[in-house]
Amino acid sequence: MSVGTAGCGALFAIVGLLGAVTPVRAQIAVRAETIHTMAGAPIANGVVLIRDGKIERVGPAAQVQVPAGYREVAAKVVTPGLIDAHSVVGLSGYLNQPHDQDQVESSSPIQPELRAVDAYNAQDKLVEWLRQLGVTTIHTGHGPGALISGQTMVVKTVSPLSSRAVLVPEAMVAATLGGSSLSPTKAPGTRSKAIAMLRAELIKARSYSEKQSGPEDKRGDRDLRQEALARVIRKEIPLLVTAHRAVDIQAALRVASEFDIRLVLDGAADAHLLVDEIKRAGVPVVVHPTMFRAGGETENLSMETAATLHKAGIPIALQSSFESYVPKTRVVLFEAAVAAARGLTFEQALASITIDAARLLGVQKQVGSIEAGKDADLALFDGDPFEYTSHVVGVFIDGTQVSDTIR
Amino acid sequence: MSRRVASRCAVGFAALAASLSAAPVAAQDQPLAFVNARILTAAGADIANGTLVVHKGRIVAVGASAQVPADAVRVEARGKTIMPGLVDTHSHIGGGSGGDSSAALHPDVRLLDSFDARSSALTRALAGGITTVNVMPGSGHLMSGQTLYLKLRGAPTVDGLLITLDDGRIAGGLKMANGTNPLRPTGPFPGTRARSAAMARDLFVKAQAYRDKLKAAGSDASKRPPRDLGLETLVDVLAGTRTVHFHTHRHDDILTALRIAREFGFTPVLQHVTEGWKVADEIAKAGAPASVIVVDAPGGKLEAVDLSLTTAGVLDKAGVLTGFHTDDYVTDSRFLLRSAAMAIRGGMPRDRALYALTMAGARMLKLETRVGTLDAGKDADFVVLSGDPFSVYTTVEQTWVEGRKVFDLANPKDRLVAFGGLGATSNETMHMHDAEER
Repeated sequence: MSVGTAGCGALFAIVGLLGAVTPVRAQIAVRAETIHTMAGAPIANGVVLIRDGKIERVGPAAQVQVPAGYREVAAKVVTPGLIDAHSVVGLSGYLNQPHDQDQVESSSPIQPELRAVDAYNAQDKLVEWLRQLGVTTIHTGHGPGALISGQTMVVKTVSPLSSRAVLVPEAMVAATLGGSSLSPTKAPGTRSKAIAMLRAELIKARSYSEKQSGPEDKRGDRDLRQEALARVIRKEIPLLVTAHRAVDIQAALRVASEFDIRLVLDGAADAHLLVDEIKRAGVPVVVHPTMFRAGGETENLSMETAATLHKAGIPIALQSSFESYVPKTRVVLFEAAVAAARGLTFEQALASITIDAARLLGVQKQVGSIEAGKDADLALFDGDPFEYTSHVVGVFIDGTQVSDTIR
Repeated sequence: MSRRVASRCAVGFAALAASLSAAPVAAQDQPLAFVNARILTAAGADIANGTLVVHKGRIVAVGASAQVPADAVRVEARGKTIMPGLVDTHSHIGGGSGGDSSAALHPDVRLLDSFDARSSALTRALAGGITTVNVMPGSGHLMSGQTLYLKLRGAPTVDGLLITLDDGRIAGGLKMANGTNPLRPTGPFPGTRARSAAMARDLFVKAQAYRDKLKAAGSDASKRPPRDLGLETLVDVLAGTRTVHFHTHRHDDILTALRIAREFGFTPVLQHVTEGWKVADEIAKAGAPASVIVVDAPGGKLEAVDLSLTTAGVLDKAGVLTGFHTDDYVTDSRFLLRSAAMAIRGGMPRDRALYALTMAGARMLKLETRVGTLDAGKDADFVVLSGDPFSVYTTVEQTWVEGRKVFDLANPKDRLVAFGGLGATSNETMHMHDAEER
C-alpha cells in the first residue's frame, strides 16, 4: 500500500476544486439513528466525529461529546463508504464508444505492463454515479477479455483524480481464463493453450525475478512486462483471475499452486460447485454481481453463491464487474442488497462491500470501517441501505462531502 | 419447463383446509379461497386482511369480507401478500426472432413462428411474478415483426400460451424502432434518423393505399389486390386493431415516433422512453402509453446517457399511462418488481408503481378486461409474495395463471431457476437483441 500521507497538507488546498458540491472540509459530526461501523455491533443513536479527513471518534451520542465548531449532519443510517472489489469503471466509459473503452487492449493477449492509472478517467459519468450511490473506493483497471490484460488499482472515487486518491497504484495483475480471452484466429485459441502460455510467462517472470535479485552487473535490461509478473511471483501482488466455468477455476487453482503465487478468483460463476477446492487453496473470491446475467459461461451462476462461499469460510467480496452494454456498470450497493436477500445476513452483505472488500484488497487499515484513525469515508442513507426504496443522501470521502444528491 | 399438472387425487378433495404449499395446482373444480392475506388489488385500496376466491380459472371474489363458498378449499395465507400477476410489456424470453438483414421492415414476420415455449426463461419470468408478457423481436430493424402476447400457463408449446381475442385473432402487436439500433451503414437499412422516418412513412402510405383498394373492392374478390401479409398487418395498425410497440430512447426520437403515429392515425405504446422525462407533456398530449425500462446506471449506449430513475414518476405525474418492462435479457425477468421499486426510489408514488406493474401493462396490451387487477370476473392470475412487493427482502413464493399454480418456490426445480445454480438456465440462449443488433 503506498499512500502518500506526506503530501496531505498541500492537497488540502486543492480540495476546493472538487466537483459541483462545495466541499466542506470543516470538522464534522455525523449523527445517525444507526451507525454500521463494521467494527463491532451497530451503534444506535450514534455520532461519528470527523477531523482533518479522518475519523476522530465514533460512539453512542450519549458518550460522544461534539466539540464546538463542528458542522452537524444527520442521517437515518450511516455506513462506511462502500467498496467495489472489482470494476472497470474509469476505463470502460459510459458512452460505450470505441474512444472511451480502455479496459482491454487487444493487440496482444499478454500485457501485464499496462497500468490502470494510465487510462483511468476520474471524470467519467459512471465514477460520479457510483460516488453518488455511496461507493467511495473501487478496485478498477484492465478488465476481462485478454489472457493477461494489465494491472489494476485501488482508487477513491473523487474527481478530478489526485495522487492521494490512489490507494494502491498497482494492486493486482488481471488475467482471464475461458471464452472471452480466447480468439478464433490468434493464440490463445483454446483453454489448454491459454494455460500453457500463462505457465510459460510465469516461468519467464520467475527467472527474471531471480536475475533481478542477483548481482547488479548480471541483472540485464529492465523489462516492464516481466517486472509486473515478477511481483506476482514474489507474492507482492496477487494474480486476479476472472474465470466462470469450473474447468477454468480449477486451472487457475492449479497454476497458482504450481507457481506458489497469490490468487484471487474473480467472477467465478461455478464457484459453488468447487467450494472445497477453493477453501483448501485458501483463495478469496470476488463474487460476480448477484444480479449478473446467467447464460453462456455464467449459465450456472447462483444468487446464493456469496452466501455459500461465506458459510464455507471463504473470504468474499462483491463487485460490479464488467458490462458491455446496458447498464454500463452495476452498483455494489444494489448487488449486496440482493445478496442479503439470498442467504447472506445484512451484516455479512454489508461487509462484502466494506470491510471484507477492504481486507481482500489490502486496504483495511485505511478504509472499510468506521473506526478512529481511518479515512472519513461515509455513506449516509434515509433508511435500510439495502431497501430498493431507500436513498443515499450524502457521501463523504476523506472528510469532504462529495455528494449531497439524493440517489 | 415441466409443469406439474398433478393428479388432483393427491391434493385430497376432502380437505377443506390446506397450507399454502399444499394448495391445489390444477384449475379447480372446487373454488379455492386464499384467506387472511394482505391483498393488493391494483383496483383500489390495499386490503390488510382479505380473501381471494378463485374458481375455474377466474377470480370469483376478493375483499376484506369476501364470502368463502361452502365447498371451497381454504388456503391459509397469513403473512403473505397477494397481488395481480405482473404484465411485462416488452420481453425477449423464449428467444423468438424477427426479420433478417434482407430488409429494414418486416411486418409479415411473426415471432410466433420461432418461439421456444420450453425455455427456462419462461420459468424465470414466473419466478419474477410475470404472468402476461409481450414477447417481441429485436430493435435492429425499423419494423422487426409481429409480437406475441402470451399467458405463461406452463404449456410446452406456444399454442398453449396464446391469448385468443374475441374476434378469433391471436393477440399480439407490431414491433417498431427508431434511434441508433436500426441504423446500419450498408444494405437495405437507413443510415440516418430522417431516412428511418421516411422509410416507415413510405410503408404506411403503401398500407393506406392497400387498405383503400380493399375497401373499394368490398365483397368483390376479383377486385381485391393480391394478398400481402405485411400490408395486411399494417392495415390492422391503421384500423387500431394491432398495437405498435415503438422502441425509442432519445427525446427527439420519441417525438418522431409520435409524429409518424399521428400522421397515420394510430397510437403506439412507447417502449424504453429513456429520455421520456424530457418530453413527458408531449407524450401525455399524444395520449400514448409509455413503458419504462429501469437499469442501474446511465450510458452503455449513446441514447441512454441521460437515463434517470425519475422517468416513470415524471411520466405518471404528467398523465401518461406508465408501465414497466424487463426487455429480458437486458434486465432479468426475476427483477421486474425491483424495477418498479427503483421507480419509487426515483419519486413514483407506491400505488402508481403497483398499477404500472399490472393494470397499466394490461391496458397497453388491451387486455385490461381480462388481467391486470384482482377483480371478480378477471382471470385468476396472481402472485403470492413473502412480503411487500417493493422490498428487496421479499420473494415471489408462488405464481398462479388462470387458477393454476405454475411456479412454486417450494418446488426444487422452480427454486433452481428462481435463485440460480447448476443447470438453471442451460436451455436458454443469451438474447440481448439490442446489443446484437446495435
